[in-house]
Amino acid sequence: MSYLMILIGCVFVNNVVLSQFMGICPFLGVSKQMKSSVGMGAAVIFVMICATAITYPVYRLLEKFEITYLKTVAFILVIAMFVQLVEIVMKKMMPPLYKALGVYLPLITTNCAVLGVTIGNIDNGYNFLQSVTNALGTGLAFTLALLLFSGVRSSIEDSDFPETFKGVPATLIAASIVSLSFMGFTGII
Amino acid sequence: MTTYLIPIGIFAALGILAGVLLTVASKVFAVETDERVEKIAEALPQANCGACGFSGCNDYADAIVNKGAECNLCKPGGADSAAVISQIMGVEVTVGEREVAFVRCSGDCNTTPHKYDYDGIQSCSACNRFYNGSKLCTSGCLGYGDCVSVCPEGAISIVDRIAKVDINKCIGCGLCAKACPNNLIAVRKVSQSVDVCCSSNDIGRITRSICHSGCIGCKLCEKNCESGAIKVVDNHAVIDYEKCTNCGKCVDVCKIHAVRRLDGLN
Repeated sequence: MSYLMILIGCVFVNNVVLSQFMGICPFLGVSKQMKSSVGMGAAVIFVMICATAITYPVYRLLEKFEITYLKTVAFILVIAMFVQLVEIVMKKMMPPLYKALGVYLPLITTNCAVLGVTIGNIDNGYNFLQSVTNALGTGLAFTLALLLFSGVRSSIEDSDFPETFKGVPATLIAASIVSLSFMGFTGII
Repeated sequence: MTTYLIPIGIFAALGILAGVLLTVASKVFAVETDERVEKIAEALPQANCGACGFSGCNDYADAIVNKGAECNLCKPGGADSAAVISQIMGVEVTVGEREVAFVRCSGDCNTTPHKYDYDGIQSCSACNRFYNGSKLCTSGCLGYGDCVSVCPEGAISIVDRIAKVDINKCIGCGLCAKACPNNLIAVRKVSQSVDVCCSSNDIGRITRSICHSGCIGCKLCEKNCESGAIKVVDNHAVIDYEKCTNCGKCVDVCKIHAVRRLDGLN
C-alpha cells in the first residue's frame, strides 16, 4: 500500500474521531476555540509520531524475546513519557495554550487514539515508514476533526438554539452531524 | 529464570531512559515560578468568590505579583489578608473601612401586598419575569432569596418576605448585589448606615397606594439636611455619600419611615 493511500485513508476514510469513536474527549473538550484545537492537534501529532517511532523498535525488541504480551504496558509507558515531555515544553514555551488545554493535555496519555495508532501499526503489519505515515495521518485526521468542529461550535454559540439544548446536548448533536458528513467517504479505499 | 529477568530488564531500561529524558527536559524547560504567588495564594481565604474582579484566589495572587494589582482587593480576607499580602510584596497598604451590603427596600409583607400568588420556580429573577414580580411595587424586594443563595457567608435571610443582611456576618463581596434582579442591594462602608429603603420611581400618589413605607418624594429630608447630601431624584430620595455626615436628621424627619438607619440586621 502506498504511503499516500495510508495518509488519505487515515484522514478522510477512516477518520479516527469521526468514524472510529477514538479520542472523543479532547474532540469535545478543547474544540471551543480554533486556537486551542490547533494546539491540541499539534500536541497529538507530535506524541503520535514520536510514540510510533519509539514503539516500533520496542515492539521488535519484545518480539525478539517473545514477550509481546507486554506490549500494552510498554506502549503506554512510551506514550506517557512523550505526553509528559510535551507538557513540560508547552508550559515553558506556550503558557496560554497550556492553560487553555488544561486537563486535556495530560489526558493524551490515556487517549485511545494514540494507543490505537501504535497498536494498529502492529496489527496491520506496517513497516517503520508506513507506521510513521499512519501516525502522521491519524494525527492530521484528529486535527482536522477538531478544527472542523471548532468552526461548527463557534456558529452554534451564535445561533438561536432552543434553551433546553444549549451546552452539551447541542455539542453532541453537532458532533453527530459532522460525523455524518464523513460517512460520505466510506468505501473509497 | 531468564524469562523473568528479560522483561524486567527491558522495562527497567525503558523506565530509566524515560526518567533521564524527562529530568533533562524539566531542567532545560524549567519554568521560574515566583514563590510570592504561592505565598499570597495561601494568605487569601480561598473562597474564590470573585469579588476582587479576578477569576479566583490564585488568579488574583498571580495578578498581584505579575500585573501589579492592588493588595487590598480581597473582601472576604479584609484587613488581615491585605496586611499579609503587603508584607509579602513589601509595600505599604491602606486598608479601607469594612464594606457591607444594604438592602434598599423596606416593603415587607406588612406594608405592600402581592398582586398575584406566585407558585413557580422559587427565584426572584424567575418571578420578576411575570409582570415585574408578584408584588404590587415593581421595584421592591421579591423575597425569593436569589441573594440568599449566592451569599458565601450565610449573612442574608428572608424576614417577612424581604431580604435582611446581618451586618456582622457580611463580608461585602457584592455577589448579592449582582444577583438581585431589581438592583436593590448596595455595597457601602459600614459607617454610612443611613439609607433610603425604597427604590421606587413611581410618583408619590402611586407609591403611597401600593406600599406603606415607600418614599413619596415629599422632600422633607432634603429641606432638613444640613450638608445637602439627600436629594429627591426620580420621585424618591437619594443620598450622596460623599457629602453625608451620617447625622441621622433625615431619619428623624421622615414621616413614613422610608429613610432608616441600618445596623445589626438591616
